[in-house]
This record gives sequence, structure tokens and C-alpha cells, in this order.
Amino acid sequence: MTETRRFTVKPLSRVEGEGALRVRVQGDAIEIAEFNIYEPPRFFERLLVGREVHEVPDITARICGICPVAYQMSSCQALEKALGIEVTPEIRLLRRLLYCGEWIQSHALHVHLLHAPDFLGFESGLAMAATHPQLVENGLRLKALGNRLLEVVGGRAVHPINVTVGGFYKAPAASAIRGLLPELAWGLDTCLSLLETVARFEVPQLDVPYESVALQHEREYPMNEGQILSSGSEHTAPLRIEVEEFSRHFAERQVPHSTALHSLRLPNETAYLTGPIARMNLCRDQLPARAAAAAEACGLEWPIRNPYRSIVARVVEMVAACEIASGIVREAAGEISPCRVAYQPRAGSGCHATEAPRGLLYHRYRLDDQGLVAEATIIPPTSQNQAQVEEDLRGLLPSVLAFDDAEATRRCEMLIRSYDPCISCATHFLTLSVERCTPDRA
Amino acid sequence: MSTMSTESTEKPQQAKPKLAVYKFASCDGCQLQLLDACGKLMQLADRVEIAHFLEASSRVEPGPYDLGLVEGSISTTEDIERIHAIRKECRFLVTIGACATSGGIQALRNWGQIDDFLSAVYASPETISSLEKSTPIADHVPVDFELRGCPIDPGQLLELITSVVLGRRPKLPSQSVCVECKSRGTVCVAVARGVPCLGPVTQAGCGAICPAHDRECFGCYGPAEAVNLVSLTSFYEQQGAPRDQLTRLVRGINGYAQAFREESNRLEATADGGAKGRP
Repeated sequence: MTETRRFTVKPLSRVEGEGALRVRVQGDAIEIAEFNIYEPPRFFERLLVGREVHEVPDITARICGICPVAYQMSSCQALEKALGIEVTPEIRLLRRLLYCGEWIQSHALHVHLLHAPDFLGFESGLAMAATHPQLVENGLRLKALGNRLLEVVGGRAVHPINVTVGGFYKAPAASAIRGLLPELAWGLDTCLSLLETVARFEVPQLDVPYESVALQHEREYPMNEGQILSSGSEHTAPLRIEVEEFSRHFAERQVPHSTALHSLRLPNETAYLTGPIARMNLCRDQLPARAAAAAEACGLEWPIRNPYRSIVARVVEMVAACEIASGIVREAAGEISPCRVAYQPRAGSGCHATEAPRGLLYHRYRLDDQGLVAEATIIPPTSQNQAQVEEDLRGLLPSVLAFDDAEATRRCEMLIRSYDPCISCATHFLTLSVERCTPDRA
Repeated sequence: MSTMSTESTEKPQQAKPKLAVYKFASCDGCQLQLLDACGKLMQLADRVEIAHFLEASSRVEPGPYDLGLVEGSISTTEDIERIHAIRKECRFLVTIGACATSGGIQALRNWGQIDDFLSAVYASPETISSLEKSTPIADHVPVDFELRGCPIDPGQLLELITSVVLGRRPKLPSQSVCVECKSRGTVCVAVARGVPCLGPVTQAGCGAICPAHDRECFGCYGPAEAVNLVSLTSFYEQQGAPRDQLTRLVRGINGYAQAFREESNRLEATADGGAKGRP
């Protein structure tokens, strides 16, 4: 008997952007497991060439509508290094507050509207609202809380307009910052009880010996700065480097099935993991007190090796973001002044990495003699996770082949979704096609 | 831009209008505004059926649809085929955001050579499929309405959906950002501080947030109707703004929108060193 089964499923849903998965199975052997990114490329690195420094954060924000602050923060800090300026401690705190807003809204969106429906058996967050109204309502209110932080500090929730190289165009009113406190207190309590809910979700079994990669800061849970830390793996030794050394240890490779470049760990060009699980694996000692206690109490095993548990890691990080933001708001004495450090255009180069909700985001810029961008390199988290997604799929597929195609597909989609891939940062169109070949049909 | 239909919706038991959302080259920010409006959308749920919205739901109801919202610009040959198919299955087709309406920030590549852009980003550019230009939806199929903004405003989006449900024209501003600035009482950054600002020529809708944050408007909502860009940039030149800076300002988020495109081409053509590539 020779039989080839092949099917194509509609584009992957409930991810930010669109992409494809291609699988070929020969008997019991997985021949191909490709996470395809069909980005109509938008060429941001090239678009930035010839632009003025102050235009860069307005342009790089447009890479991703879900995590524009991450792009703005990596851009601004890389450019500040190129210009040889340093921001004040007050500006630094305000940036951390802004980043908390992005983590809260991005994680709230993913946890409630995109990911939880997988565990509770719904096609969407809206459909889930019929039987879980409180969960959905809380999700939308948490999303709105994150948006509110972004509006107060950044001037707008999607593509903030108040962020610039050197700081902020205008200091937020002290009263507006203090006004965030009651809702942050509600957010902290709500996230703590949400954590109990998601920690009870039954997750599929998958055990992956990840190489976790994240920023680490000596005192703080990492957002805006830190050294790059790797847990190491069976292929690579652990690592602790300055961001400037990134390109000596990580390299981007173009693969035929994707318009998003794959970022791989040198020297063996192996996959690695970045994002909430990697951050929790490496930096849980830096979690603020209540998030740290909640993380210990919710039954996670360390290091986290099951990608589906990312929903738990995300909620711990929402607790942390509410806690960190509350701390910054409470300490804010008044309107900060100056809110912006001046600079003169000049030649130079600089790189920086920050922790986007989805993981490490690296930017490098070179400025010419007029102070215009001569060269830009941007390595988004989804590019970095893409190879790991494929490795996970290869690990998952043997256990789902017994299911019919629809169920096998659903489980693959669920795995990809657990990465919260921000495919806009990298991609366009996701269809799943599985080819099943019998062994005598090569 | 043609007018919205005002067909009767008076039949009480009429089926709910079916909404579909599509994505082309974009950042997802405009779809996110729709997701953010979910709380209000649920109140609308007995008035409108969300039939096709992949970012929010795995369930896809087959077309045809009453209202299609399109995010993103056309930048591959597959995109062209897809937008024609989408046009056929949607009664009203509305572009949401700068990418769909004017080609978006990625249309900055329209002033360069595509091969140069490809090889700047990819080691093996021959495997990447990309058209020479990033273009707005209306360059390919008729569009019934444009919702401006980078990103669109959630309030305007709800007004648009409501107007389709009720079968009336959406009530959306058509004046310039300047008018919003004046009504907020913001001190003019261009007059008071000499900062070149696109507020006088940009369509309102954002609430004039940039001047309220002591900075220039950079044109997220694209050109307002019947604006005089030459007069504005000449004023800024008299104030001492370098021409290349003004070219960059006009050639931004909505740089490929006709009025902005023509002005940045004019500025560049008459600058020292003469004309460069004109899309």
C-alpha cells in the first residue's frame, strides 16, 4: 500500500500576524518540521538609513503594533550609546514604568484572548466570554490598565509619541502618574488570582532541555538593561556577556522557507529560547517580592522545560510588572525635570538589547558624520525563537501523529501559540500543511 | 473615496452584518485597536457578527461579508491576487490605517531600488518574493472608505462599524490637526518654537497629541483635504529649516500619500544635488 496524506489548514489563528507550518512525516519519522514565515519583507533596517536620530524610535515602533515600546527602548538606548550620552536616573525609571505598561497589555492580550481559549476549549476569547465572563472582563481591564500606563507616560497606547532619544518629549504630570496607583493595586490582586487559575490549566506533556537566553540585571527583573545570560545546553557552555559581544556568540542565518532570519547560538548554530520562560529560568531571583512568592507557590518546576507553561510565566511577569510599576509610581516625587538629555549629532556606533514581552530584542546602529543613520541591525525575539519552535515541533509530532489531522494541527498550533510569536515583527502568512508518506513512498 | 451606502436597515429581523478582517504587510497595530475595542464590540455583538478575524478567533465563517476591514499594504504578487478575491467577497471594503491607505512606512522603499533593499537585509535575496513598491489597497481595487491613522483611533473604528450597522455615513473629522490643537489650547510648536510641524496639513483624528507633548506632528493621519504643502514648507524654510530635513519630515509614515509624495519629490528635486529617484 502506498499512501500520501496531505492537507492544508487555514492560516494559524490567534497569533499576532500570520505564518505557516509545514510538516512531512515518513512512517513514524519526522522528515520536515518547518515554521514558515512568509513575511512580505518590510526592510526596516534599510528604511532607517539616511534618517535622523530623533526619527528612529518613531519608525522602529512601526515594526510591531503589539510591542512598539520594546523597539523604541532598544533603539533609543543603542543610539544614546552611539551619541555618548547617558540619561538621568529619573528618566530611566520612567522608561521602566513605560515598559511595565507594554508587558501588562501584551501579556494580558495573549493570556486572555489568544492563549487561554486553547486550555479552556474555545475558538476565541470572545466565545469564551459566554461561560467565563469574569476572566474575559478582567483580561480586557488588565489590557486597558497597560494601555493607560502607555498613554500616561508614552502619550498613546499603540505607537507612543512621547518617547525620544535622550528621554521623553514631555514629563508626564505627577498627578497623572499617581492616579495610576489604585488600578495598579487592582491589577496586582487580579493577576495573583489569575495566576492560580492558569497554574491549574492542564498542559500537554513536552520536556525540552532549553538553552535559555535573557538579559540579567543585578538588582532588577530585566526590562531595559542588563548583561546577556545563557543557561548553556548540551551543545553550548553557559554564557555571561555584555550586549556589545552579542554578535560574537549569536548569528542570523537565512533559511529557504522563511523571510524571517533565524538567529542561532554559535559556535554550533543551535536553537535557543528567549522570552518569559527563559527570563524566569534565569532571573527569578530578581523578581519583586510578591511575584517571587507567587512563582514559588504556583507549582512551577525549575527550570521550566515545558513550552505550554509559558502562560504561567507570563502571568507571573504580569504580577511583577504591576508590582514594579506600583513601586515606581509610589516613589515618583513630582514631575521629572529635565525629562530629556540633549545631544549633538555626530558619528558613532552603539548597540543595545532590551526584553520585549516575547524576549530579547537587539538593535545596533552606526551613525555617519552628519549624525544620520548609516547602518541598522535589528534582531527581534521571534527570529530568535523560530529555530526553537521547530525543535519543539519535532519533539511534539511523534505524540500527535496518532490523532486525526484536525486534532494534530490544533496541537501544533497550540504549541506555536505558546511562544506568542509576534509574526508581524517578522512575518505574514501561516498555513499548516502535513504530508504523511508511508515508508515505501519516498 | 466613494460614499457609504445608506441602504435601509429598517427590517427588524434582518440578519446581523458580517464583519471580516484581513491583514497584509503591517505591524498589526490597527487590528490591535479592534481587539482593544473588544469590550465595546461585545456590546455590539448582537448587532454585528465577527465572521473572519484570524488574530482573534480560530472560527472562520464563509463569505460573502458585509464589511471587510483591510490592514496592511500590497507588497507581493500573492497580495494582489488576494486583495482582488477579498474585494469580491466584501460588500463594503474599508482600509484601516496608514499601510492600507497610503502604503505605510514600508513604502519608503518606493524611493529606492528593491534589489538594494533586498540585499541589505538578506544574504540570498533571490529566494525572497517582493514587489518593487509597497502600495495602498486603492491602487489595486476600489475602496469604499478609508480610516486614517498610524494607528487608527479605536473610537473612529467603532463609529465606522456602528455606521455600517445603522446604514448611515460615519461621522469622522476631515479638518486638520491644527484645529484639534486650537481646541485643546495647545501652544503652537511651529509658531512659538519654530519647530517644523505637519499639523496644518495632516488630517485630524489623533487629538493633536504630538504638539500637546511639545513635539511636531509627523503626519500619522496623512494629508487632509485641499492642503497647501508648498506654502507650509516654504514658511519653514524661511524660518531656517534645512530642505533635507523637511523632505524627511514629509516623507514619513504617510510619505507615499499623494500630497506628501509630490511635496517630498518637489523638495528633493529643487534641493542641492538635484532630483533623485521619483516613484
